[in-house]
Amino acid sequence: MEVAPASSAATLSRMRILVTVKFVPDLQSQRSFTDGAVTRTGDDGTMNELDENAVEAALQLKEAAGEGEVYALTVGGDDAVAAVRKALQLGVDHAIHVSDAGVAGSDVFGTAKVIAAAVRKVHEEDPLDLVITGMAALDGLTSMLPTALAAELGWSQLTLASGLTVEGGAASIVRHLPDAHETVSAPLPAVVSVTDEANTPRYPNFKLIMAARSKPVATWTLEDLGVDPSSVGAGAARTVVVDASPRPPRENRVTVTDTGEGGVALADFLIERGLA
Amino acid sequence: MTTVAVLVESRGGEATQPTHEAITLARTLGTPVAVWLGAAPDPAQNARLGIHGATEVRVVPAAEDARQPARAAAALAAATADADIVLMISTFVNKEIATRLALLTGAGVVVDAAGVELVDGHVETLQTVFAATWNVRTRIAAEKAIVAIRPNTTLASPAEETGAATTVVVDAELPEVPEVIASVEPVPAPEGVPLAEAPVVVSGGRGTNGDYTLVRELADLLGGAVGASRDATDEGWISHEHMVGQTGTTVTPALYVACGISGAVHHRGGMQASGTIVAVNIDPDAPIFEIADFGVVGDLGDVLPQAIAHIEKHRAG
Repeated sequence: MEVAPASSAATLSRMRILVTVKFVPDLQSQRSFTDGAVTRTGDDGTMNELDENAVEAALQLKEAAGEGEVYALTVGGDDAVAAVRKALQLGVDHAIHVSDAGVAGSDVFGTAKVIAAAVRKVHEEDPLDLVITGMAALDGLTSMLPTALAAELGWSQLTLASGLTVEGGAASIVRHLPDAHETVSAPLPAVVSVTDEANTPRYPNFKLIMAARSKPVATWTLEDLGVDPSSVGAGAARTVVVDASPRPPRENRVTVTDTGEGGVALADFLIERGLA
Repeated sequence: MTTVAVLVESRGGEATQPTHEAITLARTLGTPVAVWLGAAPDPAQNARLGIHGATEVRVVPAAEDARQPARAAAALAAATADADIVLMISTFVNKEIATRLALLTGAGVVVDAAGVELVDGHVETLQTVFAATWNVRTRIAAEKAIVAIRPNTTLASPAEETGAATTVVVDAELPEVPEVIASVEPVPAPEGVPLAEAPVVVSGGRGTNGDYTLVRELADLLGGAVGASRDATDEGWISHEHMVGQTGTTVTPALYVACGISGAVHHRGGMQASGTIVAVNIDPDAPIFEIADFGVVGDLGDVLPQAIAHIEKHRAG
């Protein structure tokens, strides 16, 4: 099996990267919907697991460059701050929480508009090289945000990277598609999404956890970002969840213990159902 | 009349089975037209697309090498200006094309859909979320709709009135994009039916200890594809293309057989919406048994050969 190259920055002396992180219900918790939206509460919520790969990629690039800054950005209600707090524990330098009632109910295009405005605000102060995202959020899994964000910013789009290198003002990725392995490069600044093959995320250590407690989290509103509230949120969404319900459990489940006839029992089950 | 454009997925010059499923589905929504990005296909393809209900095959020759989503989306936009609904197969690449197309046309998008229907003049879709433990119904509020549909969610069937679809060549000007594709290394097509499209999937995990002989044998016998858990691909026992799970391939076959797979939440999310689930595992506490219609607690080396022999005997009559 091919080993994905580690993220590396050969010639840049200073890397400035913003990582988007999403607050999602814990995978092991009872996840649910309320009024057409994913129920997200601080009790059982956390940073989307696949965003850990994005944070790791950003930290590795900064460490290889020798200096720079990594920002973690999240959009969501009060509880969502847990996602950027987790990123701080992993070692990012700055945390931004966009929190505004007007964002609620946004579809992916509204969310991308809000994130793009926040990225521009950071970028205008001191230019960024990259925005890095995870490959998908494990609650919805649509994988559309990186593309929508790149389009909104007018930046290069390098998605589903299982390897990422930055050199000479350009980023280059390797992406594994079902039919082909591609190498794609584009000039900076770029939006890059990384897969869970890209790296192995670090664990927060005690020192970082303690340090993260005292790190500030900037809280921005739509007004701070100059985003017209009517252009985002439920009112501007092109899609609306009209119904959400738990799938009924499978009925009449049977488990047998093999005492010498387990294979026959399995075959009979398949034959009975017309599957063999 | 509702015009429903279907983006053709092709492999080796042939439209894939999920494409025919999508055209079959499109018939229930309006008048299907197929969109073929790249040089015109062999006339036999038009005939097959026509059998499933496509009235036209719109060919966009300019999109021959349009691997970047923004370029593919521009080509698709040129070919679907009159379409109310654009259907495509839910793949990682198509989700990006769908996103770019929506930004060009103002359409609402749903990806990973398991079904589409018209309700009171609105497009509504069905999806599963949270590792396929919840059903969600979404209404597309925008005038135009883009839906990326999962394979194996519609049974492809011939239309009542069929005829070869007429070919319409569409001119398109594709935008310059900053992304340069430096190399494309094709992955050899798997033998038999591809994982995402297979009606039967037999997967092996840690319990195989890296030996896929029995898993392959059962998959061949049932006409299915071979899948794997993340554990197995991480071990290098089988290539990443075989990985079933939330970050690999999501499958919804009529039958899923999990061999020596414990059933971690990431794996379940990629297969839990399958029709019938069967599991064989030595560990009676493996979470996979919680979602299996039929489970056997036992050793793969005992259970699989016996099951294979019994099915062969049954078939031989």
